[in-house]
Amino acid sequence: MSEREKILEIRNLVFSFRTYGGVVHAVRDVSFDVRKGEILGIVGESGCGKSVTAQCILRLNPEPPGFFENGEILYAGQDVLKMKKKELRNFRTREVGFVFQDPMTSLNPTMRIGAQIEEVFLSRTDVTKSEVKEKALNILRLVGISDVERRYRQYPHELSGGMKQRIMIAIALVSEPSVIICDEPTTSLDVTIEAQILDLLKELRERLGTSVIMITHDLGVIAKMCDRVVVMYGGKVVETGDIREIFYETAHPYTQGLLKSIARLDMDKTDVLTPIEGTPPDLFSPPEGCPFAARCDRAMAVCQRYMPFESRLSEEHMTRCWLQHELAKGI
Amino acid sequence: MLKYIGKRLVAAVLSLVALITVVFFLVRLMPGEPFTSAKLTQQVADNMRHYYGFDKPLIVQYFQYIGNLLRGDFGYSMKYTNKTVNDIIGQTFPFSADLGIRALVLAISVGLILGILSALHRGKTIDFVCVLVAIIGTSMPDFIVGALLQYFFGIKWGLLPVARYLGFEYTILPSIGLAFYTLAQVSRIMRASMLEVVQQDYIKTARAKGLSDLRITARHQIRNAIMPVITVLGPTVAAVLTGTFVIESIFAIPGMGKYYVESVANNDYSMILGMTVFYGSFLILCNLIVDILYGVVDPRVRVGSR
Ligand SMILES: Nc1ncnc2c1ncn2[C@@H]1O[C@H](COP(=O)(O)OP(=O)(O)OP(=O)(O)O)[C@@H](O)[C@H]1O
Ligand code: SF4
Ligand SMILES: [Mg+2]
Repeated sequence: MSEREKILEIRNLVFSFRTYGGVVHAVRDVSFDVRKGEILGIVGESGCGKSVTAQCILRLNPEPPGFFENGEILYAGQDVLKMKKKELRNFRTREVGFVFQDPMTSLNPTMRIGAQIEEVFLSRTDVTKSEVKEKALNILRLVGISDVERRYRQYPHELSGGMKQRIMIAIALVSEPSVIICDEPTTSLDVTIEAQILDLLKELRERLGTSVIMITHDLGVIAKMCDRVVVMYGGKVVETGDIREIFYETAHPYTQGLLKSIARLDMDKTDVLTPIEGTPPDLFSPPEGCPFAARCDRAMAVCQRYMPFESRLSEEHMTRCWLQHELAKGI
Repeated sequence: MLKYIGKRLVAAVLSLVALITVVFFLVRLMPGEPFTSAKLTQQVADNMRHYYGFDKPLIVQYFQYIGNLLRGDFGYSMKYTNKTVNDIIGQTFPFSADLGIRALVLAISVGLILGILSALHRGKTIDFVCVLVAIIGTSMPDFIVGALLQYFFGIKWGLLPVARYLGFEYTILPSIGLAFYTLAQVSRIMRASMLEVVQQDYIKTARAKGLSDLRITARHQIRNAIMPVITVLGPTVAAVLTGTFVIESIFAIPGMGKYYVESVANNDYSMILGMTVFYGSFLILCNLIVDILYGVVDPRVRVGSR
């Protein structure tokens, strides 16, 4: 897996919002990369900056109030943050698809499904009208929709939630992008539909070789889907690694906390679920030291004062925790 | 869609019948009656009553009236005795309609444009100007707006005629005066609606698709934002229609307004009834059109009715 070619690199991304209450430091020096054909999970509690990070990739956060303070997002050697308007539109149209959390509100209620899919090709001169329709019908079939000619002519309110999310996936995939970003694509769906959508995404990854960035707060989804994982906390990446390392060689106390708070098949009856105590840090004035210090049961004096460095534990496995520092080894 | 229109149509006819019935009986409940002028002797008045059929039972009169209506006959005026109600409406309605349509077109088009510009440039000067227009427009009554327009454009600067209705330049001030309130209302609603729609998730979807700003604004934002404006179009048409009474009298326009108001003062039953039924059907028709338009614009309205 590690040999796979990187197609998207996020380097030292810092993104904030200027609000009346002050500056919200939503993304604080985040780096990770996305490889060809992989499913990369981004996991973390609500408000830790997952969506803002993902939307930075397509520059979908409103600017203003949002603004980039630092960083680069490299796609095929080009920095998305330096793209001109036209280039950025082209990049959104062709290279990266985005599936949002709530399919109920993410489709335009006054437009037919077909038109909403075909719109992706609106500014493209390299495909004819009939080719576009063919592509739209094909993608509908591919995302598991039957009776596509009828669906093509329907409006969003005529479809179920799961069906709408399939349509969203179809829109994201129709121009054959190399990456699709799914921001909690199943949070608002019920469990059986969730399983179907996740299976669909996995299958599409196999068939099309599209890389998937899967954002979720559900480690169950991560376990089921992902090759690699980025764990975020308080606007920072606190741990990254491949799926096995994250689940079995967990290094960061926050990740450990997340794992303890979910039910697992290998649990004994005597094991108890323990939610992480406390609340995430205030992003208006994030702590100088480790963002998790206030909730961490292994916090040391240094944790409050200084931001931990990145410690590399294996080729893929990285964490940001003072416990990995050589002076702290064995504590 | 056809079924939806059919339903609306039935509802429209029913409200028209209800309107006619209620007004017919209410008019008879008004104090006084048409032939009470001191100049009329008892004998003449009785003759008149007989002539107009007032000596028959009310219910008979009612069905007679309905029968006449079905033939499109509103009957004779009881004051301008040589004229039928149809004549009077025929002479005056064109002026009122002309004025009303001009005002509506002005109010809706300019109102929408102002609302859109205002929302797109939120917090900028143009937004401020539009909000100001909206506040002034919604808080100032027709006759003040009309009088101010006359004073400035007509008298002070001498740019436009202030009375009568003889050509295009005569229509300008009354149309603006009549449109102002509705214009302000439309722009206010459109602005709020635009600002709400831009927050919607599907706008983000549209941006993620890489669409141009123009396309996003036109097809996704405006197209959805216009819905609340269409819902208030019905009451809006009503507001413009009633506004015509006031504006017509300020600008000395020979429209229907004067006759309508007079007919009530005169207890001119057939005129009151005729004018009300005429106005009422017109309003009901407008509402019907708005309903159908709404069904066309918003696919969700049609649901379950095709
Ligand atoms: N438009 C905005 N203006 C101001 N602050 C914002 C804006 N969008 C997001 N934020 C802030 O950025 C922080 C990170 O939000 P983000 O949506 O990325 O969280 P998340 O990890 O996706 O959480 P969730 O699981 O709830 O979706 C939050 O504190 C949020 O309040
Ligand atoms: S750096 Fe300190 S506070 Fe932060 S997770 Fe590690 S031990 Fe806990
Ligand atoms: Mg989110």
